[in-house]
Amino acid sequence: MSFLEVENLTLRIARGPRILRAVSLGVDQGEVRGLVGESGAGKSMIGKAILGTLPRAIQVVSGRISLDGTDLQTLPARERRRRIGAQVALIPQDPLTALNPVRRVGPQITNRLVDILGWDRSRAEARARELLDEVHIPDPDRVMRSYPHELSGGMRQRILIASAFAAEPKLIIADEPTTALDVTVQKQILRLIKEMQDRHNTALLFVTHDLGVVSKICQSLTVLYAGKVIEDTDTRSFFAAPGHPYSQALLHATPKYTDPEDSLTPVPQHVIDAVEAEVTDFDKGLGA
Amino acid sequence: MPFLRTILARLAATLVTLFGAAVIVFVVIRVVPGNPIAMMLPPGATEDDIARLQALYGLDKSIFEQFVIWLGGVVRGDFGTSISLRQPVLNLVLGRLPATLELSIMALVIAVFIGGAMALTGTLRRDTRTEAAIDVTSGMALSVPDFLWGLILILLFGVLWPVFHISGRVSPSLDFDFQTQFYLFESVLRLRFDVWADLVSHMFMPSLALAIPLAAIISQLLKQSLKETMHLDYVTLARTKGYSEASVITREALPNAVLPTLTLIGVQFTFLIGGTVIIERLFSYEGLGNMAIDAVINRDLPLIQGIVILFALLFTVVNLVVDMTYAALNPRLRHA
Amino acid sequence: MRDARSRVRRPIGLRLWLSGGWITLLIIGAVLAPLIAPHDPLYQDLFAGRMPPVWVDGADPNFLLGTDSLGRDVLSRILYGARLALTVALVAGTLTCLIGATLGLIAGYYRGWVDMVISRLVDIWMAFPPVLFAILLIAVLGTGLTSIIIAIVVIDWTRFARVVRAEAMTQGTMDYVASAQVVGRTKAGTMFAEILPNVLPTIVALLTLEMGIAVIVEAILSFVNLSISTDAPTWGGMIAEGRTSVHQAWWVLVFPLITLFLTVLSFSQLGEGLKDYFDPVLR
Repeated sequence: MSFLEVENLTLRIARGPRILRAVSLGVDQGEVRGLVGESGAGKSMIGKAILGTLPRAIQVVSGRISLDGTDLQTLPARERRRRIGAQVALIPQDPLTALNPVRRVGPQITNRLVDILGWDRSRAEARARELLDEVHIPDPDRVMRSYPHELSGGMRQRILIASAFAAEPKLIIADEPTTALDVTVQKQILRLIKEMQDRHNTALLFVTHDLGVVSKICQSLTVLYAGKVIEDTDTRSFFAAPGHPYSQALLHATPKYTDPEDSLTPVPQHVIDAVEAEVTDFDKGLGA
Repeated sequence: MPFLRTILARLAATLVTLFGAAVIVFVVIRVVPGNPIAMMLPPGATEDDIARLQALYGLDKSIFEQFVIWLGGVVRGDFGTSISLRQPVLNLVLGRLPATLELSIMALVIAVFIGGAMALTGTLRRDTRTEAAIDVTSGMALSVPDFLWGLILILLFGVLWPVFHISGRVSPSLDFDFQTQFYLFESVLRLRFDVWADLVSHMFMPSLALAIPLAAIISQLLKQSLKETMHLDYVTLARTKGYSEASVITREALPNAVLPTLTLIGVQFTFLIGGTVIIERLFSYEGLGNMAIDAVINRDLPLIQGIVILFALLFTVVNLVVDMTYAALNPRLRHA
Repeated sequence: MRDARSRVRRPIGLRLWLSGGWITLLIIGAVLAPLIAPHDPLYQDLFAGRMPPVWVDGADPNFLLGTDSLGRDVLSRILYGARLALTVALVAGTLTCLIGATLGLIAGYYRGWVDMVISRLVDIWMAFPPVLFAILLIAVLGTGLTSIIIAIVVIDWTRFARVVRAEAMTQGTMDYVASAQVVGRTKAGTMFAEILPNVLPTIVALLTLEMGIAVIVEAILSFVNLSISTDAPTWGGMIAEGRTSVHQAWWVLVFPLITLFLTVLSFSQLGEGLKDYFDPVLR
């Protein structure tokens, strides 16, 4: 049994369409799983559902999410919140908006340790210094006293990574953590996340639309289309021979994996039609 | 140092505004048709008596000359002598200022508490009936001015359920001898809690009347600002850390949402101070506003001038303080 | 987004009906006051002083809402008071709107030195407590209807100027204004043809709001006895008298107060309702 188990999770917009269709996936300790799909495929919603930050307009129709064998739904709200806070952490997409502009960086790293886990302040600060060192930030004391606007985007993402690992979480959810960054910084950040994950041996769910990134750091991946799992496999066999026609087309639409002689091919219409038909069949099967 | 330059520019603009206000008041009150001097003298005074008294108050010179003389006096801290009360204007005005300041600040504190509580509750219970009820309440509170709230409060707490004093600042029967006119403040320092309680009982209704519209504005602006902030990434990130919705609002959203609200509250607070004029009259509270209305009715030119300039000064100082607080609270400006 | 907002919006809205209804009722009452008022509002009968309203023990059925200390009929005085209140609301509101909105439009659209002068004036005006300013003006101008109207226009034109200036400034930067000028409209032509229609909903809402404010200012001036002649029926004057005798005859304060409260509330709710109704984004 994996640390994170998502089983048959179905979400819908209140009085609207489904956005996830019976999604199941698991991430084990030390495993890096890519969650791949086009924008709008619902991949970020899975992260939000795990973290308990779904927008109010979205309803959970069915399914369960468990951490370390405990079904989160069975816990009282306060206990659930604290359990998630202690065991799961998020590396957000946009480092420019994910730090509170009116608070210094230091407390934003230590607040989970002090307020939720009850550490004393000096211990939490020592831990933050250690983490900033781990993410290769020189002069941690100065950085902890800074305000976010005084730091660069890459620097802020390093801080958010340090903050995510602060409480030694069992699971990290990285929601497209490099999309908002410069290409040159992207690589460093990606390497850093992988390095931190190795060192702390955490489970990592890496949400991305970029198969190139998946090939570099993930051992396994889940491909999502219109909220439905299209393929769930390990990275090696996926890149050797993707099982689903949509996956094949997706792979061909990714620059790195296409022969440079070949022009990039968008996902062909007949593949899209076929996968749309699968989704429709699924909905019919539920009688919607 | 752009921060310092901004402050200096604001100070310069403030001086221009004050000068303009002085000119306008000076001209307006000298068009007054009634002769204030004639009203001071007993019937049967001769033309000669009137002329002598006019010369004494400098009212025989041209408006321009009078203004230059008055301005010269102001620079030396001399605002002239009240015609009806025959005392230096500065002493009279400074004697009443503490009463008005205490009333305004008490109203501000009440407004911040009520308005803040409404905004926080509305954000916590957003998109529910509670929020709708808060919206309707603040809409009503805002539509009706302080004067009417004062009258309604008199009916409620002065007549139907008479628990508070409806007129005056302090009960005359109380025996106390304070150094300053800041009674509320000094009563605490001297541990005279009987005096303090009596003052609060007198101030409760007028300050609440002044506070109601401001509380409504704070509730509306702060709630809107909070709700916008609640969608931002750093708020979501705080939620994932295990904070409850209430602490997410107070710890992460509030410090940011307060900033845009603050500048608007500054202007609204000057409106509140302006409102003390009629509210003090309504509750016979011995402050500047009440004195101002008497001064107008008695055509006491030097006193009117002094009071209006003091109000203008108060307004501009409030705006200046708000601007500086904003800059001090906003780390982006502080380090710019 | 659009859908969500239009679902929130009520059709025409209860508040428009309620507030509009009350104002209409008041206008009818004011116009027909000489016909429907049961008594002469100035007639004093010291033997019939402080009679309570009809549903209270010891009332005289001739006086529906009771009498004041001089034996004058409260209902009749409220009806006649509505004439003054509504005249002031209509005339002072409209004049303030015309002057303030024009200055704001010019300042916001033409910018430059005109804007400098008008904005500086607005700043100076903001430094005066409005009630004190109004009282001061009445002291200078003398009491009477014209003075009240002038005082309201003088103290409140800035409310329109400020808001309309800001809106005209935003509108002036929009592409459609630039294209209107490319097509060959004059600057003044553009202002009236392109800018004005876009700020009109705001102006209408402010105008209704201003009418409510004018009613309050008139009441405050009568309250401090600076409105029109002292025994004329005004809501503010009745409130001032009621305030002094509130422990003996609550009805002298309560009825004019309720009338004033509903009127002010209605004007402001009418303004808010009209603003939503005209707002093209909400519609």
